[in-house]
Amino acid sequence: MATDERSLRLDSKIPEGPVGEKWENYKGHVPLVSPNNKRRIDVIIVGSGLAGASAAASLGELGYNVKVFTYHDSPRRAHSIAAQGGINAAKNYRNDGDSVYRLFYDTIKGGDFRAREGNVHRLAEVSTDIIDQCVAQGVPFAREYGGLLDNRSFGGTQVSRTFYARGQTGQQLLIGAYQALSRQIALGSVKMYNRHEMLDVVTVDGKARGIIARNLITGELERHSGHAVVLATGGYGNVFYLSTNAMMCNVTAAWRAHRRGAFFGNPCFTQIHPTCIPVSGDYQSKLTLMSESLRNDGRCWVPKNAADCKKHPSEIPEDARDYYLERKYPAFGNLVPRDIASRAAKQVCDEGRGIGQTGLAVYLDFADAIKRFGRKTIEARYGNLFEMYEKITGENPYEVPMRIYPAVHYTMGGLWVDYELMTTVPGLYACGEANFSDHGANRLGASALMQGLADGYFVLPYTIGSYLSKEIRTGAIATNTAAFDTVEKEVRERIQKIFSINGKQSAESFHRRLGKIMWDKCGMARDAQGLKQAIQEIRELRKEFWSDLFMPGKADEFNPELEKALRVADFIELGELMCIDALNRNESCGGHFREEYQTEGGEALRDDKGYMYVAAWEWSENGEPTLHKEPLNYEEIEVVQRSYE
Amino acid sequence: MKLTLKIWRQGGKYKGEFVTYELPNVNAHMSFLEMLDVLNEDLVSRREEPVAFEHDCREGICGTCSLVIDGRPHGPWKGTTTCQVHMRHYKDGDTIVIEPYRAKAFPVLKDLVVDRSALDRIIQAGGYVSVNTGQAQDANAIPVSQEDASKAFDSAACIGCGACVAACPNASGMLFTSAKVSHLAMLPQGHAERRKRVLAMVAQMDTEGFGQCSNVKACEAECPKEISVDNIARMNREYAAAVFTSETAM
Repeated sequence: MATDERSLRLDSKIPEGPVGEKWENYKGHVPLVSPNNKRRIDVIIVGSGLAGASAAASLGELGYNVKVFTYHDSPRRAHSIAAQGGINAAKNYRNDGDSVYRLFYDTIKGGDFRAREGNVHRLAEVSTDIIDQCVAQGVPFAREYGGLLDNRSFGGTQVSRTFYARGQTGQQLLIGAYQALSRQIALGSVKMYNRHEMLDVVTVDGKARGIIARNLITGELERHSGHAVVLATGGYGNVFYLSTNAMMCNVTAAWRAHRRGAFFGNPCFTQIHPTCIPVSGDYQSKLTLMSESLRNDGRCWVPKNAADCKKHPSEIPEDARDYYLERKYPAFGNLVPRDIASRAAKQVCDEGRGIGQTGLAVYLDFADAIKRFGRKTIEARYGNLFEMYEKITGENPYEVPMRIYPAVHYTMGGLWVDYELMTTVPGLYACGEANFSDHGANRLGASALMQGLADGYFVLPYTIGSYLSKEIRTGAIATNTAAFDTVEKEVRERIQKIFSINGKQSAESFHRRLGKIMWDKCGMARDAQGLKQAIQEIRELRKEFWSDLFMPGKADEFNPELEKALRVADFIELGELMCIDALNRNESCGGHFREEYQTEGGEALRDDKGYMYVAAWEWSENGEPTLHKEPLNYEEIEVVQRSYE
Repeated sequence: MKLTLKIWRQGGKYKGEFVTYELPNVNAHMSFLEMLDVLNEDLVSRREEPVAFEHDCREGICGTCSLVIDGRPHGPWKGTTTCQVHMRHYKDGDTIVIEPYRAKAFPVLKDLVVDRSALDRIIQAGGYVSVNTGQAQDANAIPVSQEDASKAFDSAACIGCGACVAACPNASGMLFTSAKVSHLAMLPQGHAERRKRVLAMVAQMDTEGFGQCSNVKACEAECPKEISVDNIARMNREYAAAVFTSETAM
């Protein structure tokens, strides 16, 4: 591994001035593009989730020519739709002491002091505009009897700042953005390409100028050009095979950009969500999240005595139960941040006190809440989640406590971007979960929706002007050039190679094996030895993939197996980089827990002296990525050991 | 358990026919789609082409999965998408017939995959509030009664899967269209455009080749999100009001 200490190419472009004034200052001085020039500028957006759809709608409204690409049959299917619990905003409608500063502080602290102050403050500032915008679009948020908006609490905070629409907040926000996008499609400012998957990015003279996309119905490779390319392609949690991500979520767009020069930031920072339905068998294709909002009223426990674990929960009396979160973290109780709740669940299971057939589960119990508020209230709050649970497990959570276990849910890492959301490739932007983002080493609940929409509605539409203002004389970008020829040829050859292997194993089987390596050795807990082993195993798996894959069908037709194989190939390469990054970071922070670095109480032990930086990795053909470090400077916030006790 | 699947195959070497597959060893805890995964893994291992079907979130919210299972969209269980069907509902020796949605507006692309982009075009015709980013006032400036917000939510819960169309003997798109018309008509934010919206969306629905509603109500019965046919009644009222007050209508 090479380290480039100079990191000359990593200019984060954080504006000067006090943290509370940076964004205002920036907005006041960023170059603008006049309306008649916007018409001459083409912007490509890949992905139509919250970040992509909101960016596309906003840029279309501004007058740019926008092209949006999604591999789904409709932009409304993006995985943002599955977010359940809510979206944070510093509205302080509750008069409970919330403020922009507190949301900013909670997010930095929740991220275990591994996020940029400037970005996070901006996120907290625009959070309030997001709620206004969504309500105006017709998003049916929960309301109180007086007709005003309701809020609830989420992990890692002591105020109620989460806005929600039953247990389907992501769905309602995405439909809001999708409707805004649909309006621009009808007006002709946005052209929508459904069932198209980006397979590479094209650079001309070092600038991102277009993409190669595969039409998933005909298999045809298409060239599309633009003055800027925005990747809003989500996270890479599916590298673990089993995760709460949708089946098609993948890293290909981001990974291909990485291979073309975009640095990858903090790839090992993954979020393991504490409340998911446990794995039940080896045929399992995905895991299902039970919203964090359930921890408002549900209490996590396991038996005090391992001998009780196989008993029915009703046979375990109150004094034989260990409400371990309430015991260990009295100040936050069941509402500690996700990384802490997940690790605590793992610890009690490692101690042999896990429940259920596999011993890899804990109870989430609503009996007290039902006694206190009545079943009706609990039904109104979580009815659809309880139903979902019952459909999957066949058990009724009103009567028997839920069984839950942590699962991969979100990736804080992603493409490295500067304050303007531009990657290290000029003209190539990354928004939403696809960038390495504002969440540091751990994301707080209800902040993913906030960040996706902040980037798309209120950040990118301003910051992209800084770049595009220099493009007004460029003219349309031709696609019949050598640069497009070369990249298209490379994509075509990659596809041909996949068909030519003619081996025996399916892409799915490789994916499953990769996932097992990642979960066992780069999951909730990691150590140097395991990570080194994982890197070896992944390298071997990669060789095996390219020598024993079987690919049915043809390239020039609708072929979901080919789509899968191309994604799995990129996941394998990413998996290796994640392990390299986890091995490099000799500390524990947030979701990154290295067994060697923990406090006596088993909490994450940071090394601020050695690792208070963003690890931005540069791709190298020889397999040895180069590490660039972006130091994190805390001017506003005092860096302390995180405590929720 | 042992199951027999009769699956519609179309495209490639199949002209359009049912093909029978035997699955000797299905685990009761599997989901329906995981069962199809197992079938496909097996087909791939025998170097045969897997069955094409659409799916994504596998938790009943994205609306990507479809299928007509034993004659019913998303299978016979109420308020459930195909991805939420679990094999514990079946017993050893069962035969399951799996078909794509059948509707003129939803052409078959391959096997069990259909093109539902007509639904997007109905939304594009007017299923939105015309508010640009940044134009909004404070979110609490207009109170909305809890009841109205809740009703609007019930309509907005549609996942756009198209089961209503597949269930309807006329392949009507009324439930889908009316759910969006209702969602926005019930909120003050949607009032300014309500008349124009309903006219445009209904016109697009007709253009796309969806059939008319004849009050069969199969759509409501099969909707995985249990969207009510009251929405259709509301859309009809909205439409009538729009026709009688709009100068540009008809």
